[in-house]
Amino acid sequence: MRRYFGRKLLVYGLTFVVAVTVNWMIPRFMPGDPVAGMVARANVSQPAAVEAMKQYYTGLFGFDQPLWRQYLNFWGALLHGDFGISIWVFPTPVSDVIMGAVPYTLGLMIPSVLLSWVVGNRLGAYAARRKLMDNTVLPIGYVLTAMPYMWLAVLLAWGLGVVAGLFPIAGGYSFSMQPNWSAEFLLDLLHHWALPFASLFLVALGGWAIGMRNMIIYELESDYSTYLAALGAPHRLIRRYAFRNAVLPQITGLALQLGVLVAGALVTEIVFSYPGLGSLILKAIQNQDFFLLQGTFMFIVLGVLAANFIIDIVYVVVDPRTRAGMAGAQA
Amino acid sequence: MTALQEAAPRDPRDPRDAAAPVSGRREALHFALRNGKLLAGAGVVLVLLLLGLIGPLTIDAPPNEYVGPPMQGPSPEYWFGTTTFGQDVFAQFVYGLRTTFAAGLLGGVVASLIGMVVGFLAGFRGGLLDEILNMLTNIVLVIPTLAVLLIINAYLGIRSVAAQAIFIGLTSWPWAARAIRAQTFSLRGRDFVDLARLSGSNTWKIITREIAPNMSSYLLLTFILLFGNSILIASSLDFIGLGPTEGVSLGLMLQNASQWSAMQLGMWWWFIPPGAGITAIVGALYVANVGLDEVFNPKLRET
Repeated sequence: MRRYFGRKLLVYGLTFVVAVTVNWMIPRFMPGDPVAGMVARANVSQPAAVEAMKQYYTGLFGFDQPLWRQYLNFWGALLHGDFGISIWVFPTPVSDVIMGAVPYTLGLMIPSVLLSWVVGNRLGAYAARRKLMDNTVLPIGYVLTAMPYMWLAVLLAWGLGVVAGLFPIAGGYSFSMQPNWSAEFLLDLLHHWALPFASLFLVALGGWAIGMRNMIIYELESDYSTYLAALGAPHRLIRRYAFRNAVLPQITGLALQLGVLVAGALVTEIVFSYPGLGSLILKAIQNQDFFLLQGTFMFIVLGVLAANFIIDIVYVVVDPRTRAGMAGAQA
Repeated sequence: MTALQEAAPRDPRDPRDAAAPVSGRREALHFALRNGKLLAGAGVVLVLLLLGLIGPLTIDAPPNEYVGPPMQGPSPEYWFGTTTFGQDVFAQFVYGLRTTFAAGLLGGVVASLIGMVVGFLAGFRGGLLDEILNMLTNIVLVIPTLAVLLIINAYLGIRSVAAQAIFIGLTSWPWAARAIRAQTFSLRGRDFVDLARLSGSNTWKIITREIAPNMSSYLLLTFILLFGNSILIASSLDFIGLGPTEGVSLGLMLQNASQWSAMQLGMWWWFIPPGAGITAIVGALYVANVGLDEVFNPKLRET
C-alpha cells in the first residue's frame, strides 16, 4: 500500500511541478512580448507613460533577472501564497479574489458530482439487462452525455427561468440582498443554486449511467456470476455482487472525469453568472487580467490533484486488494 | 464523455482481431450494414457534414454579415431567424458546422497520432521507456485539460481554428495512449510478433505491419471518441471567449447568444440550433461508436 501511495504522490508532485512550470513558461516563451501587449491594451499615447508602464510590468514579472532566478522567484512567491495583484479589481491580491469565489464553485460541484455519480450508477445498474429500462435509459444517457454543459444550462435557464419564471437565472443571490446567515438569505442562495446544480447534475448523469450499465453487463457475463446462477442464487444477490465489482472502475472513472467536470462547472457558472471560478475566469479574460487567470489555473490544478488523492484513498478503502498489496488499481 | 471509454472493458486476450483479413473485412461489412446504431449514427453525422460542406455554398453573404432585420424569428426567408444585429442564424449555423467538424477532425487526428505513438512505443518496448512514457501520460492525464488550454489560448490569443484544434489534440491524448498501450502489451507476446522479430524486422515495421493492423478496429473507435471529445472541448473554449477570433463556430454562436442576452429576450432560435448541432454530432458519434464496437466484437452483437 505504501508503494501504491508513493507512486500516486510522485505523479501528483510531478504534475504540480509541470503545471507550475507551464504557468511560468507560457508568458515568457510564447511568441510576442506580453509587456508590450499589456501596454498596448492600456491605450496610452504619451511616450513617458508608456515607458513607465513598461518598466512597471518588467519589474512586476522580474524580466530583468536571469531566467533561473525568475523561475526560483516564481516558486518562492507561489509557496508564500502570493499570486500577484488582480488588475480587474485592483489592488486586491489574486488569492483573495479566488478565495471569495471558491466556496460557490465547490458548493456547486461537490453535490452535483457526487449525486450524479451515485444516481447514475444506480440507474445504470438497474437498467442493465432489463429491456424496457435499457431502451429508455440508454438513449437519454447518450443525449445527455453528448450535450455541451453550457447548452443544457442555457436551455434550463430559458425554459425554467425565463419562460416559466420559476427560478432566477443570474447571480449567486439576489442583488437586493447582503450575504448573511439569515434563513431568508440562505433560501435565496438555494433558489439561485438550483438551476446550475440541476444542469451539472443532468449532463454528468448520462455518462455514469451508460458506464455502469456496460460494466454490469460485463460482470453478469463473468464466471462468478454464471457459477452463482448455477448454484441457484437469487438474481438480486448476483446483481449485488456485480454492482460491487462494477463500482471499482467507476471510481477510477470519477478521477479521470474530474477535468471534464471542472470544465463543465466553469461554463455552467458563466451561463448563470454564478459568482464562482468560472465567472472569475471570464472576467479575467475580458479584462486581460493575466495574474488572476494564472492564479485560477493554479487553484484548479491544486483542487483536481487534491480530489484525485481523496479518490485514491477511497479506492483503497473500497478495494481490499490494494491494501493487501496485490494487483488492483493501476498506478 | 470519457467515462464511456474507460467503462467498456475488454479482454486483452480476446482473439476476435485475429481473423483472416479478407473474410474478416467482408464479415465486418456484412454486420455493419445491418447494425441500426451504426447506420443511424453515421447517417446523422453524414447529413450534418454534408450540410456543413454544401450549405455555405448556397449562401452569398459571409455568415457574420448584417443581412436582415434584427431579432426576427424563423421565417421562410431566414430559416433559423436572425440575431439582435440582423445576422442570419442559418448561415452562421452551416458555416459553424464546417468549423466545428474541422476542429473535431484536426484535434482528433493530432490526439490519435500522439496517443498511438506513445501507446505503441510504451507497450511494445516496455522497460524504462514504458516507465517514462507512462509517467508522462499520467501527468498529462491528471492536469485539467481546459485549464491548460485557457492559459495557452489567453496568452497566445488564438486566431485560427487550426491552432485551437492542435492545442486540443496536444492535451487530450493520454487516455488513448493508455488504452493503446494496454492493447499493444497483450499483442506483444503473440507468435506472429515473435516471428516478425526473429526475421529481423525493426520496431517501426513490427508496429505498423503486425500490431497496428491487428487492432485497427480499436484504433478507429479511439479516434471517433477523440473526435467527439475535441468538438466538446472546442465549443467550451469558444463559449468562454477563447475561440478563434475570426469566422464562426457553433460554440461561438452560443457565446454570442449568451453574451447578448438571447435567453432573456426569448430569442430561442439563436441558442437552440448551435447546441442541438453539437449534441447531434457528438451523440451520433457515440452511438455509431457503440454500433461499430458491436460490428467488430462478436460478443456484443445482439442476435
